[in-house]
Amino acid sequence: MTTEISTNDQLIVAGRSFNSRLMVGTGKYKDMAETKAAIEASGAEIVTVALRRTNIGQNPDEPNLLDVVPPEKYTILPNTAFCYTAEEAVRTCRLARELLDGHDLVKLEVLGDDKTLYPNVTETLAAAETLIKDGFKVMVYTSDDPLVAKRLEEMGCVAVMPLGAPIGSGLGICNPNNIKIILENANVPIIVDAGVGTPSDATLAMEMGCEGVLMNSAIAHAQNPVLMAQAMRKAVECGREGYLAGRMPRKSYATASSPIDGLIGS
Amino acid sequence: MIRLTVNGESMQLFSANNVQELLDKLHLGNQRIAVELNSEIIPRSLHAKTRVREGDRIEIVRAIGGG
Repeated sequence: MTTEISTNDQLIVAGRSFNSRLMVGTGKYKDMAETKAAIEASGAEIVTVALRRTNIGQNPDEPNLLDVVPPEKYTILPNTAFCYTAEEAVRTCRLARELLDGHDLVKLEVLGDDKTLYPNVTETLAAAETLIKDGFKVMVYTSDDPLVAKRLEEMGCVAVMPLGAPIGSGLGICNPNNIKIILENANVPIIVDAGVGTPSDATLAMEMGCEGVLMNSAIAHAQNPVLMAQAMRKAVECGREGYLAGRMPRKSYATASSPIDGLIGS
Repeated sequence: MIRLTVNGESMQLFSANNVQELLDKLHLGNQRIAVELNSEIIPRSLHAKTRVREGDRIEIVRAIGGG
């Protein structure tokens, strides 16, 4: 029989509390039904969306993503994916705020090139500054550079989200040491965004002390996305509990778990 | 007849006095969307009060899947 210990542990971003530390994207799913099922299985409360032009003159009854992930139920995190300049990113965020009736929490990502999808840090900094002045709560996708992460925090970003590896690569956390340095200096939530491929990658990020993990491809491109969504939910919870529990000290040599005293026949 | 550019495509309409009428004609009147008119956001509350004029550039966006 198992009894769950309640940790009453919550993620706090921009003054809002969340039970789940797993944030998920809504891209690349087979259809809306799979999107919905995977998001439900993930237990995520923060869900990212992209903004694009509506199709003019096509089926008016085409399902709308916001009917599948209603803003009444989820915290919608509009992204600025495929914006390559600060100006485009700011414009996208303002449209998102209008679309979502004044919702001010955004995921800022300004990309540098389409092969690596690495962030363009200078444009990201410029966009963050404008958005923060304009009243947005900015969760910012960035490189795993500790100095840039700190700078974004100091500017007033509500969460800093370094990549673990390139977007959609599934390579895991390629430079755990950088994430560790970022975590040591952070006063806002650090969320690994991008690069996670497996549940163990997510667990590792959480064990290190990240406040959350954001992913899309790792779930959507799994053979069974809904099952992977469930696995990721458990992985993030598992890593978080492991972090809160505090790991045992590392030692170079063995330490027996069974007592030496009272050995039979001695 | 007025000519507009909507999401990059030129469009001719017999009549559309304001943004709301344009959206209704495009069957987008009750959808979750956001509208820019000549690069300026038009809040939903002003759709019915904002005139569209010859040559206007209109962007209509919605949320889609993304990470």
